[in-house]
Amino acid sequence: MMRMKSTDYKALSVSIVLLLIAICLPWIVGDFALTLAVNMAMFTVLATSWALFSGPTHYISLATAAFFGLGAYTMGLGVDHLPFWLLVILAGLFGAIMAGIIGLATLRLSGVYFVIFTLGLAEMTRQIITYIQNATGQKGILISIWFEESTFYWMLVALAALIFLVGWLIGRSRLGFALRIIGDDEEVARHSGINTALSKVLLFMIPGSVAAMSGAIIAPRYGYIEPLIAFTPMLSFQVVIMALLGGTGRLWGPLAGVIPFSILWELISASFPNQTTLLLGLSFLIIVYLLPQGFVGLLLKIRAKIGDGRGY
Amino acid sequence: MKKRMFLKLSASAALALSIGAVQAAETLKIGAVAPKTGGLAGGAVVSFWPNVKLWAHDVNTRGGLDVGGTKYMVEIIEYDDQTNPGETIKAVQRLATQDKADFILAPYSTGLNIAAAPVYARYGYPMITHTAISDQVEELSNKFPNMYFTLGGASGLAEGVVDVLSAMKANGDIGNRVAMVNVADAFGIELAERAEPSMKAAGFDIVYKTSYPLGTQDLSPVVKGAKDANPDAFVAFSYPPDTFGLTKQAVVESLNVKAFYTAVATAFPAYAGANGAAANNVLGAGGVNADDPDFQAYMKRHEEVTGEKPDFWASGMVYASFQILEQAIEATDSIDRKVVSEYIANNDFDTLMGKISWDENNNNSAYWTVGQWQDGVFKGVASTGREGAVAPRLKQGWE
Amino acid sequence: MGILITGLLLGGTYALIAMGLNLQYGMSRIMNLANGEILVAGGFAAFWFWTAGSLSPLLTIFILAPVAFVVNWLIYVIILRPLVKRARSRGQLEVDAILTTFGLSFVAVGIMLATFGGDYFSYSYLLSPVELWSETYALNRILAFVAAVIICGALYLWLNISRAGMSIRAIAVSPDSSRLVGIDVPKLAALAFALGGAVTAVGGALISTFLTLDASTGVIFTLKALVIVIMGGVGDVRGTIVAALLLGVLETFVARLIDPGLTLAAAYLLFILILLFRPQGLFGRRQS
Repeated sequence: MMRMKSTDYKALSVSIVLLLIAICLPWIVGDFALTLAVNMAMFTVLATSWALFSGPTHYISLATAAFFGLGAYTMGLGVDHLPFWLLVILAGLFGAIMAGIIGLATLRLSGVYFVIFTLGLAEMTRQIITYIQNATGQKGILISIWFEESTFYWMLVALAALIFLVGWLIGRSRLGFALRIIGDDEEVARHSGINTALSKVLLFMIPGSVAAMSGAIIAPRYGYIEPLIAFTPMLSFQVVIMALLGGTGRLWGPLAGVIPFSILWELISASFPNQTTLLLGLSFLIIVYLLPQGFVGLLLKIRAKIGDGRGY
Repeated sequence: MKKRMFLKLSASAALALSIGAVQAAETLKIGAVAPKTGGLAGGAVVSFWPNVKLWAHDVNTRGGLDVGGTKYMVEIIEYDDQTNPGETIKAVQRLATQDKADFILAPYSTGLNIAAAPVYARYGYPMITHTAISDQVEELSNKFPNMYFTLGGASGLAEGVVDVLSAMKANGDIGNRVAMVNVADAFGIELAERAEPSMKAAGFDIVYKTSYPLGTQDLSPVVKGAKDANPDAFVAFSYPPDTFGLTKQAVVESLNVKAFYTAVATAFPAYAGANGAAANNVLGAGGVNADDPDFQAYMKRHEEVTGEKPDFWASGMVYASFQILEQAIEATDSIDRKVVSEYIANNDFDTLMGKISWDENNNNSAYWTVGQWQDGVFKGVASTGREGAVAPRLKQGWE
Repeated sequence: MGILITGLLLGGTYALIAMGLNLQYGMSRIMNLANGEILVAGGFAAFWFWTAGSLSPLLTIFILAPVAFVVNWLIYVIILRPLVKRARSRGQLEVDAILTTFGLSFVAVGIMLATFGGDYFSYSYLLSPVELWSETYALNRILAFVAAVIICGALYLWLNISRAGMSIRAIAVSPDSSRLVGIDVPKLAALAFALGGAVTAVGGALISTFLTLDASTGVIFTLKALVIVIMGGVGDVRGTIVAALLLGVLETFVARLIDPGLTLAAAYLLFILILLFRPQGLFGRRQS
């Protein structure tokens, strides 16, 4: 383990303060803000874990919905037989296993081929589950347990904290170092003796497992699971958009995308119910043009400016 | 920066009233959440949204709701949930806490209703669903005592089909060979599951049975397979895009059955529009008492006010669910949600769909199950206790 | 035999769905996630002309093609070209294109909702049976297949014979080197994008004669088109055609001989298997 530098301590203390604030949120804010916060927490979890893999490797995965749906169905099918917590962990395991298999299968794919492969995979998973459901004569699954909104929120915050911790540890580990080299130039990485395949597969298991766990946690909130809801391809796109708008170069990048984006989404859907889709689309365009480096770029620029001011 | 959706008509009506009458009208905020985009938008745009507009128009042109002598104009606050349960929850929560809506109309479709039910329950909103179809009504109403069901259950809808076919068989009009297909999605699966044993019990021979995934772009293999089995009746528990697709394919293949049934969206005006004369005598899920003057007046108003035609199944029930709320508010002279909820639970209601009363699971047990296009009108031919059913006719080719 | 023909007809439909995207992605390097919306808009136009003016979709496409060409050309020049200029790397452009065209698809859905409403639209056109070798097929599907053959054939010839076509293919292989040999890359990329849009809109008009669409269905077609383009290999017309036909025949085989419930699962399985053994797609070139 490398030694901690003073900047690390600073970052660590800031993180802990932020985490404490996040934990206390349900006592501070009202019911509606809490509902918003649940959505934000869910997307923070999904986007951050997504960026852990896609940030360094530049592989854009559209398989989030497949894992999310897998987790939701694990919960839906098992909730009457096994305890909730066990199912969340099981979902995480299934997600990791599935991601491992996909990872092994997609090693040879690059660029857009990987993107569409993951998309095809999500659709295939959905088709197979639908077929099995049809064969067993089961319709959507009604989930018999339900939690308070704050419970959902805390579970997701805990998961988010875990991801940040894992991300931070990876950043400091040999694996993180290896990944950065792969991201820069895979050829170089291979020549310097890095097992690129293994690194990528290991890393891909993280978003897979996390998305499955989120699906399992959220399932009781939706209360009713059917393929259209659990496997909606829109979810995969939303996660990609939020992470990219934030910026994937930093661990906190996706978070910087999720928060403003969720607020924007909320403002638009609350104020313009008939033009929600149109305005959301326009705001994507504006963000892409005005913030080429994502919100991270914007924040870093602001910080640099403040820093300059102090320096002189 | 909240822009309220004030219907133009209601605004002008309110203006006319405030000028004409001395007493200024109060407003009652009513929330409405349903898809305007996403997978279920095609259905919600026909069956749900025009009725919200129509109902607000009807109430406000009448001078508002009469609550103990005070007139309340209706102000609709509407949100698009993009067919995403997360958004439905958020929008209902927003209506309850930010907009402080007095009442919230039920969302659209089974899944979105169940997702939002806990929020309705938490804030004590009565939830009179109009498009939730489930056979787990007992479990749901135990969990959410404020939740009511009007459109019926899968068992009833499936058995309605079996009854209609049995009657035809008893008359000697059709034999006992049935081809049965279903879309491999929630509703189609459940209907097929319920129908199969009933068909067998009624002495039918299921000569062809299969399912196909939602979004299948070529249904000719399904129709060809059915045709090869030489059935007397064709039954498809289908969803909107494939309801249209199966019918078109049946025309092409000249699938000559005496009874042709497709499920969801057969009752849509677009179905008759797309298929013209071929739609005649097609059986479908739902139905209304089309000869009832109340319903005819509703159809006329619907077209005048919204510029769209209602469908012959859910549309009427959506409006009826609003009528139940309206009647409960006026009868109790109260806008207290608790008082209104209690009234809803303990009373029967006269709506344009006829009388609606609740069984022990807050379920309306008398509903239309099968309808048939007869000369441009989709008429109810079977129900679980509704009046006004007409006799089903035999399908005579596709011309 | 019947299965094969039905499958080929479906394959023709798929080729119509995917060909435009292949031009756009393969030649101008824009993975256009708004492709499905262009297709639905083409379908809307055909529906509208048919119900309001009784104008046959076969005539509509001649109005539609130039309009769609201009609209897509404007989209490229105004919205996408700045991104192309700004992008420092291929990866950067890919990310920006995904974000932008995803936004565009939302905008397009919003515009269609505002102009046409969210209702399903469907009409009957040439819905008459045609008998071939004692099996019946729908005339409108046969027509769409013939149109697909004409469009794909014309594109293939144009790309292989005309100077502009060959230049576009050169861009697909290597944009940097083609600039060196004097090809006007920005102009031809815009041309390819606009052409792709026109093909997609025409395809939409043709398939609206037998498929039921609504304003929100575009994404389904985008997904299908992406899968076909990638399976066939980016930037190769033959690849897209072969992939489309393969999918059509496979889906029909599975539907007729195994179970219609498994058609889409089988289609994606084929897609995944092909990529496992040929990571660059059927006709794709190995990427460096």
